[in-house]
Amino acid sequence: MHNETLKSMLVELVPLAVFEEGSEWPTIMIEPASWKSLALLLTTTPALQFDFLFCLTCVDWKTHLGMVFHITSTLHRHTVVVKAKLNRDHPEIDTVSDIWKTAEFHEREVYDLFGVKFLKHPDLRRLFLTDDYVGWPLRKDFEDAVNMIKL
Amino acid sequence: MFEEVGTTEQGDLIINVGPQHPSTHGVLHLIITLNGETIKNVEPHLGYIHRSIEKMCESLTYRQFIYVTSRMDYLSSHINNHGCALCVEKGLVVEIPPRAKVIRVLMDELTRLASHQLWWGAMAMDVGALTPFFHAFREREAINDIMEETCGARLTMNYMVPGGVMFDLHPNFQSKVKDFIALFKSKIDEYDELVTSNIIFKNRMKNIGYLSNENAVSFGCTGPTARGSGVSCDIRKLYPYEIYAQLDFREITETGGDCFSRYLVRLQEMRQSLYIIEQLIDNIPEGDFQAKTKAVIKLPKGEFYSRVETARGEFGVYIVSEGGMTPYRIKFRSPGFSNLSALNHMAKGHKIGDLVAIMGSLDLVIPDIDR
Repeated sequence: MHNETLKSMLVELVPLAVFEEGSEWPTIMIEPASWKSLALLLTTTPALQFDFLFCLTCVDWKTHLGMVFHITSTLHRHTVVVKAKLNRDHPEIDTVSDIWKTAEFHEREVYDLFGVKFLKHPDLRRLFLTDDYVGWPLRKDFEDAVNMIKL
Repeated sequence: MFEEVGTTEQGDLIINVGPQHPSTHGVLHLIITLNGETIKNVEPHLGYIHRSIEKMCESLTYRQFIYVTSRMDYLSSHINNHGCALCVEKGLVVEIPPRAKVIRVLMDELTRLASHQLWWGAMAMDVGALTPFFHAFREREAINDIMEETCGARLTMNYMVPGGVMFDLHPNFQSKVKDFIALFKSKIDEYDELVTSNIIFKNRMKNIGYLSNENAVSFGCTGPTARGSGVSCDIRKLYPYEIYAQLDFREITETGGDCFSRYLVRLQEMRQSLYIIEQLIDNIPEGDFQAKTKAVIKLPKGEFYSRVETARGEFGVYIVSEGGMTPYRIKFRSPGFSNLSALNHMAKGHKIGDLVAIMGSLDLVIPDIDR
């Protein structure tokens, strides 16, 4: 589906949606609290059917953390990007691992490296680092005391 | 996490496979809950080879960071480099010369062949057939020699750079690839004879590790893993890059959803890759192998996403740029990571011996998962 048509459909579905320009796909900015309900809408609306979450990540913007979700539809072949701003001190957002099963691993990765808490996640533990590790390595203010070679 | 060895309250046995186990093909650690011989739960523990490549890339320039990506999926290093080069080119809006495009596609397909060959040998070895491993390495050696001559390396090629490829092809390239095509065409039928129609192999693979179409999509599986469940997800067909749109090849899908279907997909993909190479090897256009780019690359402020089809599935590169010489944030969407997340679902209810076959059919490369 063409980006413009998809955009107008999304506006119809979520009248309060704020769009961001600059990406090759329609990008919606949302409040973290409304993420779960939007995710359900995106998957269940027959004309959209966003069933394939292919990228889930986070960006540390120093003032806040920005969650980025890239979702596509294997039926209609259109893609949407959803972004949510999280509080840097208490980053919290609902899990979508019950909607897209792949999110369970991806959310654990983001928790491990950024410290984002995914509410109601079935098994929120560190994924790559050891359980007793302190700190969130992919945040911009992270200082690695062990690694003396600064790239 | 090592205390978890023992028995649960229900009398189930908990065992550890790995991190140093030959059938995990790397440092993957699985904690398996067993009821008798039947798997109740498989929990992968990752991170033994986690180098935080994404963090490293934040302090490397756009020319430098591509070299690090060869160390992720080392069997598809060309294709990893390709994905990163494409993403940088997307930001620069640079058109690369036709010769470079063809060289890139040729190298990608040779890489895919080499990767599938290694997988084929390792897969057969996992289920108890040792000979195919040596057969596969014999033919893979020919590809490695071709790569070594042109790129100067056998594993971490670093041949693709933003704007094209690093050097021109070696004068021997065409003749050597033609020799290889002739050799491999006879060998691939031998592969079929030796393994595909083997009844012991079939019994180990059929109806093992079933993954339905819906679950393959939901678990984010891509590549042969998803195509074995009938999901059409070949990036080369869906979102063609370089010259794939003009090439004649089929996207292979099987509907079985079991280990044997995934095996068939990869085996047929080898034939398709060979067919693509045949189409291109006599038609490499003359001209530059690299577009002119500035010595110091600065991407405009914004975000860029590119995806390519590696031997394991969809590899995505997401660059967030603030306009500087280095990426502000970079994320690699690696195919193995998502494919592995389906392992628990696929292995439940099967015998412990089948777990090795299921893992083999996923074609896991651990540095690609841990990054």
